[in-house]
Amino acid sequence: MAEHETEHAAETEALTSDELLVEEVSIDGMCGVY
Amino acid sequence: MRPEPFGALLYHFGTRRLSFLKNQRVLTVVRSLADHPSARAACTAAGVTEAELPAYARALAALAESTMISERTLHDFRS
Amino acid sequence: MTFAPDTVSPGKLTDLFQLGLDAPICLTWELTYACNLSCVHCLSSSGRRDPRELSTDECKAVIDTMQRMQVFYVNIGGGEPTVRPDFWELVDYATAHQVGVKFSTNGVKITPEVAARLAASDYVDVQISLDGATAEVNDAVRGPGSYATAMRAMQNLADAGFRGFKLSVVMTRQNIPQMDEFKAIADRYGAQLRLTRLRPSGRGADVWDELHPLPAQQKQLYDWLVARGEQVLTGDSFFHLSAFGSALPGLNLCGAGRVVCLIDPVGDVYACPFAIHENFLAGNVRDAGGFETVWKTSELFQDLRKPDTGGACKSCGFYDSCRGGCMAAKFFTGLPMDGPDPECVQGYGEAALTSLDAGSGAGPVVAVPRPSVDHSHRTSPSSARPSSARPSSSRTPVPVTIAPRRPPSHDCDESPLAGFAAQ
Repeated sequence: MAEHETEHAAETEALTSDELLVEEVSIDGMCGVY
Repeated sequence: MRPEPFGALLYHFGTRRLSFLKNQRVLTVVRSLADHPSARAACTAAGVTEAELPAYARALAALAESTMISERTLHDFRS
Repeated sequence: MTFAPDTVSPGKLTDLFQLGLDAPICLTWELTYACNLSCVHCLSSSGRRDPRELSTDECKAVIDTMQRMQVFYVNIGGGEPTVRPDFWELVDYATAHQVGVKFSTNGVKITPEVAARLAASDYVDVQISLDGATAEVNDAVRGPGSYATAMRAMQNLADAGFRGFKLSVVMTRQNIPQMDEFKAIADRYGAQLRLTRLRPSGRGADVWDELHPLPAQQKQLYDWLVARGEQVLTGDSFFHLSAFGSALPGLNLCGAGRVVCLIDPVGDVYACPFAIHENFLAGNVRDAGGFETVWKTSELFQDLRKPDTGGACKSCGFYDSCRGGCMAAKFFTGLPMDGPDPECVQGYGEAALTSLDAGSGAGPVVAVPRPSVDHSHRTSPSSARPSSARPSSSRTPVPVTIAPRRPPSHDCDESPLAGFAAQ
């Protein structure tokens, strides 16, 4: 079914960073530290 | 682990990685992991709905991959 | 701004910072303005010790505050922080109080003994400054013998088994052609390479025109960094280059007053080490309430935490990636805060600078903003600086806050090198 496929696609698609609950960065990744 | 108005910050001195937990609920889940038999149970106890589970699974997987948290048991989130 | 309920999309990190963090994630703490060198581009115009420097006890009180606020780590710099007699006492105090330390040094005091001690500590990291892969390029900026000093320090660290210390380079027109050689030097000593942006801050304002990268070099630098991913650090200093393509690793935003800040040697708290100027002064750790109160309640920081509207940049399709660039770079080149970065990759910065020049007509050359304090060595070439206007250009007057002039640092009899023996 088309709807079912769409739902699956939405689930497996990579989340944009807006939707990620956890974001990671190196402690070096802050601007304003020389 | 440092709570913040938006959620929390975690810093791992070994990997030098910083993780942003972007809401209060994911912070609650992470804090309560040790108290529940499974990650899924911790999520449900924190009020995470079925629809939201994949996002939380992804979040916990990210934390595990960078060794912020570590697996106590093998648990499969795929329904 | 109301806090979004948990069921709504968590949103961008930048939005989260508007609520203000309870503490900086990391911050820079310049322990002293004293320095054995006189680098031509020094962001803090260092050289001579300021007699009002925080005492050992005052420094420990700052560390106690950082511990209470759960600051993860502090980047200790200066001047040359290791020339402070209490340097090791303070580093040990910090690590004993759950505050991780990375200190930035020209290497002058990194003897084999010191290197061994550093290699033994899990919570102290070292960053060696070098601005040329050859003595010729490096010493032109950092002074004669500075290349040799840095190399010796790195050899000592490598011999002591300290893997992963940082080799940090300020990218200039002269050294961008040496990026591969910098990587080779880092690899040779088991260090991690870090490339950072030159800002027109401190003495950097005097050499900005000759040293800042050309547009083609910026692209070259960006491509080189993208190819190396997380292998090469940048301190998120090239987020203005994100407009070239995908973003480099890091938060990709200005951290000033939001996730980072500076504590200077006399306890002044600035939004950023590249913004040492009265306009970016939030308070002093000696004020009632100390650093914590300054971080949480200063007007300047609350202002900086407000959402960015983009200003003149908002119609540009790249604003989302570059966020309008570096606040300090704009300020010290006389550009408005709500417009493009002077090195905007689309060329809007250059255009803005040109129209500033054009707008001044036949008027006299006017100075761009300069801080009122300067700790440069009196005998250094940089201290005999020409007028602070951009060469071969004239400007319309730049609106600046006329703050009460701070008492000038008086002559300090104590040599910044007191107690230092040549290697």
